[in-house]
Amino acid sequence: MMDSDLSILVRGIGKRYKIGATQQRTDTLRDLITAQAERIGSTLRGKRHQSNDADHIWALRDVNFEVKRGQALGIIGRNGAGKSTLLKVLSRVTDPTEGYGELRGRVGSLLEVGTGFHPELTGRENIFLNGAILGMHKKEIEARFDEIVAFSEVEKFIDTPVKRYSSGMYLRLAFAVAAHLEPEILVVDEVLAVGDADFQRKCLGKMGDVANSGRTVLFVSHNMSAILRLTQDSIVLDKGKVLLRAPSSEAVDFYLNRGLSKLGERFWEEDEVPASSAPFRPLAIRILDKAGQISDSVRSVDPIRIEIDYELTEDVTGLRVGCYLFTTRGEPIFTSFDTDSEELFKEYTARPKGIYTSRCIIPPDILNEGRFLLGINASSYGIRRYFQDDQALSFSVDASGAPGTHWPEPRPGPVRPVLDWEIEQRGSA
Amino acid sequence: MAEADLNPSAQVVTLKPAKGWLGINLKELWHYRELIYFLTWRDIKVRYKQAVLGIAWSVLQPVLTTAITTVVFGILLKVNSDGLPYPVFALSALLPWHLFQLSLQKSSVSLVGNSNLLTKVYFPRVIIPLSSVLAALVDFVISLILLFITMAIYKIPLTWNILWVIPLTLLTVLAALAVGFWLSALNVQYRDVQQMVPFLIQIWMYATPIVYPITTIPEGTFRYIYSLNPMVGVVQGFRWAFFGGSPPDMTLIISSLAVLLLLITGLFFFRHMETTFADVV
Repeated sequence: MMDSDLSILVRGIGKRYKIGATQQRTDTLRDLITAQAERIGSTLRGKRHQSNDADHIWALRDVNFEVKRGQALGIIGRNGAGKSTLLKVLSRVTDPTEGYGELRGRVGSLLEVGTGFHPELTGRENIFLNGAILGMHKKEIEARFDEIVAFSEVEKFIDTPVKRYSSGMYLRLAFAVAAHLEPEILVVDEVLAVGDADFQRKCLGKMGDVANSGRTVLFVSHNMSAILRLTQDSIVLDKGKVLLRAPSSEAVDFYLNRGLSKLGERFWEEDEVPASSAPFRPLAIRILDKAGQISDSVRSVDPIRIEIDYELTEDVTGLRVGCYLFTTRGEPIFTSFDTDSEELFKEYTARPKGIYTSRCIIPPDILNEGRFLLGINASSYGIRRYFQDDQALSFSVDASGAPGTHWPEPRPGPVRPVLDWEIEQRGSA
Repeated sequence: MAEADLNPSAQVVTLKPAKGWLGINLKELWHYRELIYFLTWRDIKVRYKQAVLGIAWSVLQPVLTTAITTVVFGILLKVNSDGLPYPVFALSALLPWHLFQLSLQKSSVSLVGNSNLLTKVYFPRVIIPLSSVLAALVDFVISLILLFITMAIYKIPLTWNILWVIPLTLLTVLAALAVGFWLSALNVQYRDVQQMVPFLIQIWMYATPIVYPITTIPEGTFRYIYSLNPMVGVVQGFRWAFFGGSPPDMTLIISSLAVLLLLITGLFFFRHMETTFADVV
């Protein structure tokens, strides 16, 4: 039994998946029968079938940590580090393969926003259904019903089937229910990635309330600024293991500096490139941080370098290779080509066949925190477009340390330029 | 958010690997009774949304099937109906059969249909097939009205035997639940199950004395084997409870034992498979 001031205790938790287990939706009895037949066949031939380690993958291994009551813990790690699996184990959706853990009280989660909503049911009906699914009692839901409806701002449509709701209304109602669950332990997984800026602010506000009311919060995010703002301590996960448990500022530094976020690069295999793009063939695109390391997560206060590698299988005239930057919601931020400058435009009117790299730098203090999509375009103006991929690569920008971050609030908008402010006193009162 | 009613003695939940074959935790199921209620209510509500006739379908369906079987088997083929008017004979069997059939149809796909719940929230998984069966039960209770109407039309006197309907309905529900546990858990892994269910239901219907009387089956060992089909005991009992005729005998006992066996194995199988639902579905 854990101490009474602990909220979560995890000891040696591991979760093993069979490789391909998630693809088993296509598994049919026929596959099973063939597999069994093969197994019997190999047994007859004297080979013993063993489920060796290669068939399995440990999504989590030997995870240990504890969280005190009322503490907000951040969980950092790149995609595939085991964050979601950890949350699934903690919310008891799936059982761990090994290890032991204890949780004190109800676990609520903002990753369950809208879970169990039925499009045919009205807003009112869905509040009750969703509340029950999230573990609320009918009396609790009745007691908070008006509050939930007011929070969601859908009063007028409360008796309309939710299939007629706009996606914004739907999300607000779903969030309102989850937000009024008042669990002892709240799990938040990247909710900040969905919804509009208002919704995100509401989420953050609600999380702050939860933490202030002495409940325990687990916060998973790629957004380092949000982690720093909302948590005191963080754990860094990599390949299913806890690499570090430290105060959040230390953990964030560790994560950003160890290049754990190393994705930041995209290669094109030969068969990924349509034949129509010849003679242009993209090879790779990558994001580099200040130190010249390939990185998926860069800081807004540092210069950000973009490199595009490509091959020309023939001489090309008038070629321009460039990139687009979009927000993850697809709003364009800027477009830029390697021959934008007069000088380079004249120098590279014609490019002989060969392998090239076009590189550029996004100066510091341009981008706001958040996730961005980098697109690539290769064309000859007015002649033809060779290749285009609007979602070649995605990367995160972290605004910690940027001017203005002494106010712990997210700033809307994809850019965060440093402007030349002056303050002048024009007289005295 | 109000200052939390932070209860230091709040329930402690343990996380550990599932081992072996698990039994069922009735206490936990009771704790989740409201969820059972809401999911059942959702299933009923959603089934008849945007249907003009709404819940009236639960009465119309058995009426239509009775009409069809009466024409084909009663009038055209002149099947022996144990001395009862054929429509009465058919209806008394079709009502519990409809309950069984609907429960099976709904519960077999219930887990897959609720995969978004399975992968996101914890609750005892048996609740999902259970609420599908309970929703079918509500339809059934409404459709019982038909039997009373028929009794009035044919001037059949009401007897205390009618109370047998309660245990017989329970037996039907348990039988449907047992098969539902097996099929829904299998369907998570092998979607072949949902392709198979319509045929299973068809075969099962003809293996039950619905359109023909049980006396067609030779007495003795063969009848006993036949009674392993839980619906044999149920259907025969139903007919007797409403309209008299041959009372339930060994068939009902054998059918009940078969249900018990199916239910226990089904439950253990379900609980065993449950640990991987979220990973596989």
